[in-house]
Parts: sequence; C-alpha cells; structure tokens
Amino acid sequence: MSVTMPPQQPVKDKDPKKGGGPGKGAAKRAKQRLTSPWATAAAIVIALLWTIPTIALFMNSLVPGDRYRTDAWWTVLADGDLTFGNFNQVLFDSFGDNSTAPPLLEYVFNSIVVTVPAVVFPVVLGLMAAYAFAWIPFRGSNFLFVLIFALQVVPLQLALIPLLRLLGPENLGVAGQFPGVWIAHTIFALPLSVFLLHNFVSHIPREVLEAARVDGASHTQMFFRIIIPLSLPAVASLAIFQFLWVWNDLLVSAVFGSANTYPLTYPISNLAGDYGQYAYLVPPAAFISMIIPLVVFFSLQRYFVRGLLAGSSKG
Amino acid sequence: MVSTEGLQSVSRVLPTAGLDGDFWSTQGQNLLLATVAVVVFITIVLLIMYGADLVKGRGRDKVTLIVLISPVLLLLGIGLVYPALDTTWLSFNDVANEPDPATGIYTTVMQFIGLENYRFAFTDPSTLRTVLNTFVWMVVVPLLSTGTGLAYAVFIDRAKGEKILKSLVFMPMAISLVGASVIWGNIMYDYNQVGEQTGILNALGAMVGLEPYNFLADNPWNTLWLIVILVWIQTGFAMVILSAAIKGVPVEMNEAASLDGANAWQRFWSITIPSIRSTIVVVLTTITIMALKVYDIVRTVTQGRDSTDVVANRMYVLSFVEGREPLGAALAVILFVFVIPIVIYNVRSLNKVKENR
Repeated sequence: MSVTMPPQQPVKDKDPKKGGGPGKGAAKRAKQRLTSPWATAAAIVIALLWTIPTIALFMNSLVPGDRYRTDAWWTVLADGDLTFGNFNQVLFDSFGDNSTAPPLLEYVFNSIVVTVPAVVFPVVLGLMAAYAFAWIPFRGSNFLFVLIFALQVVPLQLALIPLLRLLGPENLGVAGQFPGVWIAHTIFALPLSVFLLHNFVSHIPREVLEAARVDGASHTQMFFRIIIPLSLPAVASLAIFQFLWVWNDLLVSAVFGSANTYPLTYPISNLAGDYGQYAYLVPPAAFISMIIPLVVFFSLQRYFVRGLLAGSSKG
Repeated sequence: MVSTEGLQSVSRVLPTAGLDGDFWSTQGQNLLLATVAVVVFITIVLLIMYGADLVKGRGRDKVTLIVLISPVLLLLGIGLVYPALDTTWLSFNDVANEPDPATGIYTTVMQFIGLENYRFAFTDPSTLRTVLNTFVWMVVVPLLSTGTGLAYAVFIDRAKGEKILKSLVFMPMAISLVGASVIWGNIMYDYNQVGEQTGILNALGAMVGLEPYNFLADNPWNTLWLIVILVWIQTGFAMVILSAAIKGVPVEMNEAASLDGANAWQRFWSITIPSIRSTIVVVLTTITIMALKVYDIVRTVTQGRDSTDVVANRMYVLSFVEGREPLGAALAVILFVFVIPIVIYNVRSLNKVKENR
C-alpha cells in the first residue's frame, strides 16, 4: 500500500545541525533526550526481544533429529552434541514429511528463478509509465494516475480467482509454470512501482528536461539519456523492495505456481505445522531461506530505507 | 519443459531423493529460462521504444506515449481491475455442476443468489469467527507496532549506537512471514506436555516455576500470540518512518519548551506527537492494510485450528482447496470493504499533496 508523506513533514536522513557552537550544540541535544533509566531499560528489552528469536532459530537448527523433540538446544549444547549436519541434510538430501521429498536446494533455485524476472519486469514497465505520467501531458492522465495509486491498497485476494482462470489452461496456459508466476507478481507490483518511481521522476528539475526538449530530443531519447541515469537510486530502492517482497512471498506462489515452481516459503510453511519426526528439519530450512534476504538487506539497507521514506510499503 | 516434468515425477518415486541425475539439468534449464525471459523482455522494450522513435513528425509523441503507458494500463486492467470486478460478481452467485439439458454433459452453471454468500459468512459461526479475528488483527497489529516503534524510536533517538540499535529492530522486515512464523510458532511458543520445555518462553516460565502453557491452543488468546508475530515484523517499519519524522521536528521548538521548564515527558506529548501526527496516521493505515491481508502466519503456524483462522486464509482454503469459489470471493470482497475508507483517505491526501506542489 502507499504512504503519502504529507508535504509539511520534512523527512531527513540526518539530524539537522542547526545553531550553537560545536561542543555546546551536542551537549544541548543530548540533554533533550528522554534520558531516564527506564527508557534505556525499555529500549534494551525491545532490542533483545527483537534479536533473540532469530538467534534461537539458528541454535535450534543445530539440534540433531533424535534429540529435537525431547531436549532444548542449551541442553544439547551443554552435551556438545550440536551439529551442522541438519543443514547438509536439508539442502542436499531431502526436505519434507517423507524421505523421498526433494532437497531444499531445488527450492532455493526456484526462488531465484521466480524472483529475478519478477523484479526486472515491474521495475522497467513502472519506470516507463512513471515518466509518461510525470512529463507527458495527456487527457485523463490525472484520473488514471489516481486509479493506479488507489489500486495499491486493493487486497490482491480480490483478483486471485479470475486471474488464475486467465492464466490457466483454458486461456493463456501458463499457470503452474514460471511465466505464470512472473506475470502475476508483475501485475501485483505495478501500482507501487508506478507510484514510487513517479514520485521520484516528477521531482527531476523541469529545466533539465526542457533544455533537452529545446535541443530537439524526443521522449524516447530523454527517457534513455536523462530519466534512466537520474532515477537509478529510486530504481535501486524499488528493486530491493520488490526483491524482498517476491523472495518472501507465499500467497502468489501458492496460487499461481506448482510443484515445479514453488519457492522456499512453500515447503517450509507446509512442514512447520507438522510436529512429526521431521520437525527438526524446519529450523535449518527456515534459516537457509533467510540468508539471502538478510545479506541483501544489511548490505543495501540505505537504499531500502530511502525507498520506504520516499513513500512506500506494500502489503 | 514437458520432458523435464516427466523426468522429475519419475525420480520422485525412487526411495531416496537428493540431488539425482536430473537435478542440475533441470535447474540449468530453469535458470536459462529466467535469463532468456529477462533478455527477451528488455530487447522487446528497446525495439518498440526505438521503433516508436522512428515515427516522423507530430505523431511521434503520441506513439511514444502509447508505448510508455499501455503495458501498465493493459496489465492492470486485465490482471487487476477486471478480476476484481469479476470476483465481486462471482460473490453474488453460486456455482454448480449440472447436466446440460440438451446434451447431458456436466457443465459449470452460475446462478445468481444475491447476498446469500454474505449471509452465510456472517451467520456461519466459524466463518463469522474468521471475520471477527481479522477485525482484531486489523485493530491490534497497527496499535501495538506503531506504539512500540514510536517508543523505541524516541528512546534511542541520538543515543550511542543508534544505527545499530535501529538495525536490530528493523531486521525482521527482511525475514519472510513464513520464517517469522517458524521462529515464533516452532521455537518461541513450543510446548511440551511432559519433559523438558524446548520452547524459549515455556523454558523461561519453568525457570520461575510456571506450569507449561500451550500458547497456540488457548482460545481466544492464541490469536494474540499470532498477532505478536506480525507486530514483531512491522515494528521496524513503524520505527524507521517515525524516527525520520522525529528528526524533522525543529530543534528550536524543543529548546524553547525546555527553557519554559517542560520536562521530557511534556515535550513528547505537546511537541513531538503533534508535529508527527500525520506521519503516525500514515504508518497506522499502512500497517492496518498489511494486517488485513496477512495469510502466511495463520497458514504456517496453526492452519486455522483452535479458532485462529482469518479471512485471508479462509478465502484461500475455500477458493483453492475446497472449490467453494463464490464463498471465497465473498470473503475477498469483505476484505476490500474493510479497506475502502483507507482508499478514500489516501486518494484525498494524494490530491492534497498535488495541490501543494
């Protein structure tokens, strides 16, 4: 969905450094914090509550299968029995509620194959439309843009049944295959993509584009020579956003995919509620599914935050 | 593709899975397919755009405009607007398999039944419960996430190591709802009737002498335990947006207030909160919509057992597992009705932003 930042609300990445001498200003600012021991204690409790669960997941994935149901990881740790073997087994042998289930590595590849085109398509199409809405005046432009903006909020549940029929065997015949999943992801990503990129593209200084126009540049030339290079930061934000969204998605893949295309989230979700003899495979699999998004997130956090602040979040 | 499917289904009958002979060739084919798709897509876009540029004279701008916006308009029209209308229509109908009077072949027949599906949704106890649960999610998740996120943003504002402290709470945003569900459902809330408690919370409880507690079976509190999972993910989002807004509040206002003798608590309520009010509203609405549509958590942790089901999950089960699509459609429309006020609010504030340009 969308976040429209109100205009009177300047959002800045950094503390505005205003007034005061260098040392004095810092002291003043420090004094203005809610510096009570309670606030510090509460902040520490929140920080712990938000990190311990992920660490606990990692420790649980090291517990061998024969002790998983009966012993907690700290007991197993005390016995020196923790093992990385579960990761091997899940990735390369089999993951599922029987020993013939395919290994998780297959789903890792499926996730990659689903994600890459599902990020490229909506970003490219969104940038094209964003440029048109921002810089080419035409009748109905405003109405169509508001409509696209409103579509961000429409629950995608509302489109699932008919879209599946459109992509299904009676019509396009791509449901259950990668192209079907790509198309569904692209459609659901477009409203956010157009809106976020429009926000950015419409703020490119008018003089830059008018100068090019006077020199006789066509819209196509301006798109490739001015719009694409200047909007790369926004494209990066959106691409990271869309990457995390698609990689972590379950609903779209479950509806439009099949056993040949299911990404990591699908088998993990299936086995998580099954507390049988294969339950010990769930934590290592969940941890594996988080590695790539966490690496992307921590290395590109700046762009991701910028994208959020530029006016977006999607659900 | 067809040959690959055949090979895969054969290999899965064998007793051990693992990386069988076809594994790498299948993955290679899939990766190639994705690469080819991206390359072909980019090539087509380039060809069409430069093709439009070859048009001479006044028509060029028009052709370019059509090339730029028609893909998005077509995809959204065919893939989102039309399906949404179709789903709404379906929700007023019943679908039955009946023999055709002329040929005797069974075909799918749609029959208009008015509001019957909605009447069922609001009178059938278990379906009504899913609607009520969704309502609870929609109210509790935004309040808890925004409240916690705001408190944390204020507590760590200008603290030492603010960046790292932010990253810690923001990190769950990168984790899938499925992953978070495993973390909480399988590990934090784990419950054993007898023996050592392997779940973190029950183990901590045992240390202070509490009886083991079955978080996920204790209706109606189990819905709250599921809600915690989404709050855990969304707090980081609220915190980052609100922290940026707090930093936008002019320092002078706080300085003036503290000269007047206002303490930190008074400054927070009389300066910070009013200055960032519109941002708080934005954060609340964003998280409300997220909470409304979430399906992954319930599906992964409880599959809707013990009265924890929500509309989004029931809609999926009805439409794609049980084949009761009209009822599923009605539930999807109910979700949409919940967000209509937010759509209106958002369109209004968008128009305000445009006027102020």
